[in-house]
Amino acid sequence: MGLEEKLPNGILLTTVEKLVNWSRKTSMWPATFGLACCAIEMMTTGGSRYDIARFGMERFSATPRQADLMIVAGRVSNKMAPVLRQIYDQMPEPRWVLSMGVCASSGGMFNNYAIVQGVDHVVPVDIYLPGCPPRPEMLLDAILKLHAKVMDEPLGPARAALKAERGERTELIPSSVRYAPRGAGK
Amino acid sequence: MTTTAVLAQAQQRLSNAELLADDPLWLTLIKVVVLFIVVMLTLALLVWAERRVLGRLQNRPGPNRAGPFGMLQSIADALKLSLKEDIRPARADKWVYIMAPIIGGIPPFLAMAVMPFGGEVTMFGVQTALQVVDLPVGVLVVLACSSVGVYSIVLAGWSSGSPYPLLGALRSAAQVISYEIAMGLSIVGVVLFAGSLSTADIAAAQSGGWFAWILPISFVIYLISMVGETNRAPFDLPEAESELVGGFHTEYTSLKFLMFFLAEYANMVVVSAFATTLFLGGGAVPWPLSAIADNALSSGYWPLLWFGLKTALLIFGFIWARAALPRLRYDQFMKFGWKVLVPLNLVWIVAVTALRVLRNAEGVTSGQRIVIIGVAVAVLVLGSLLLPGRQVADEEPQVPLAGSGYPLPPLDLTVPTPPRQRRTVRARAEQPREAVTASGKEAGDGNA
Ligand code: SF4
Repeated sequence: MGLEEKLPNGILLTTVEKLVNWSRKTSMWPATFGLACCAIEMMTTGGSRYDIARFGMERFSATPRQADLMIVAGRVSNKMAPVLRQIYDQMPEPRWVLSMGVCASSGGMFNNYAIVQGVDHVVPVDIYLPGCPPRPEMLLDAILKLHAKVMDEPLGPARAALKAERGERTELIPSSVRYAPRGAGK
Repeated sequence: MTTTAVLAQAQQRLSNAELLADDPLWLTLIKVVVLFIVVMLTLALLVWAERRVLGRLQNRPGPNRAGPFGMLQSIADALKLSLKEDIRPARADKWVYIMAPIIGGIPPFLAMAVMPFGGEVTMFGVQTALQVVDLPVGVLVVLACSSVGVYSIVLAGWSSGSPYPLLGALRSAAQVISYEIAMGLSIVGVVLFAGSLSTADIAAAQSGGWFAWILPISFVIYLISMVGETNRAPFDLPEAESELVGGFHTEYTSLKFLMFFLAEYANMVVVSAFATTLFLGGGAVPWPLSAIADNALSSGYWPLLWFGLKTALLIFGFIWARAALPRLRYDQFMKFGWKVLVPLNLVWIVAVTALRVLRNAEGVTSGQRIVIIGVAVAVLVLGSLLLPGRQVADEEPQVPLAGSGYPLPPLDLTVPTPPRQRRTVRARAEQPREAVTASGKEAGDGNA
């Protein structure tokens, strides 16, 4: 971050951009950070049945200094909000936030004085994942979609303008469609 | 295997030191560059292999999306880490904080230079050996390099200006000092047998039998202490995630963290290659294959293959241990190092020395040798009988106070029914229902 943004636009830059984005999506280390029941589902995703390691994400880093992705797994209480924000602030750029479960996304069933009504009041969220709790498959789906988003990230203001002009986007195909067994009709 | 055998060999073939002595500078440079590239590639492959093997050991596939079989995973990790924001905590000591990862990254590569990968080859028309440099004190160089690596950990922990790294660094210092001793002592036996501190000579001295067979106890102690030395599971106390967050590298991001990452894996390669040199015959071909064509598979470039395979086997052991064993508690770990490994090593060195003196002594018949060994063993057994036995623990079960002095209830506590409750129950039975609820509530609120 920094130097590459000052470069002029060109063919080489497109390739560099792809490479950079590829490396960022291929090794996206999540922060070890679970808040409530959703965290159990997040741990299951790390287990051998679902194996988040396939995407190079099994290195949950205990220190936010080495994390790329914060999975807000669970409801955020008002007391926890500053802690969450601090962890987010301690993560180095580029960083992403995945709001997992309805509680983190909107407060969910806890419509009361104690729970932050959506973690987007505290940190910017990149992708929302509904469900109470979302199944590990859903979490993986959200992560794959986040990967698709990361692949779209421009390498600087010039590239961003160009991309917006051309309307280039990676399609967010649901995993249920993308990985549907062959022969299953639509 | 003994000194005479080594001398006989030296007469037939030039030793590595002699071969390397008149290497032109450009050849040394080529070797250095090739070695560096090979080690870097090994590291990239090693990180991937570790994650895959760990995955298989835990019944899951492991990284398999990046490139064929996920082999580009570590490349992606390295690239991503180097492109991340570099944070330096406000309370960090700037220069030490920057220097620490650099100090950690260099020594393992230095140590690789003295590893004897193989014997005589002809490279670009120059007769040379598959080794960058053969120092008369090669073994000490490797030991020195691994100890300098500790400075990086200690300095990183101290300069981060935060408690977790400091604790990790202190642990690491204590750990490496104690395991360095065990490691150094286990090398003493090897040096006694090889009669040299040069790594190439030690590898050559094993043509009659690997030191792993001749000195099994030294070998096992070396294997244990090399895990302790490299801070790997189950001895990964300096970076124990569940206790110390990230240990000494908690505050490090980006390239600096990458350096620590590399240093750890490079250290693994170094200690494994060192074990191969000291105990597994270096580049010598393993037994059944050594019979082929009068040991032809040990000459030329073949030793590279055997050396690599043996090192890979030892590294696999590292990964296996990580998957299979839980982390030791800190005091148990220290106790194991100081009270088991070091004394065992000392006794073993004395025994090995005595055996060698006996064998080399003139005019001692084999019958006398057996008698002397028998007497020594008998004295040892009798002596061990005289040792005071472990004190039998008190019969009474004790409640552990964990040193806090916090008063805990006795284990056989039977909770007596409070008399007041009995009174209330009786009162409740006697009095009319409404009155009891009202008065009981008031009493509970005001007087309790
Ligand atoms: S969304 Fe459901 S599972 Fe997740 S934290 Fe809220 S209540 Fe728990």
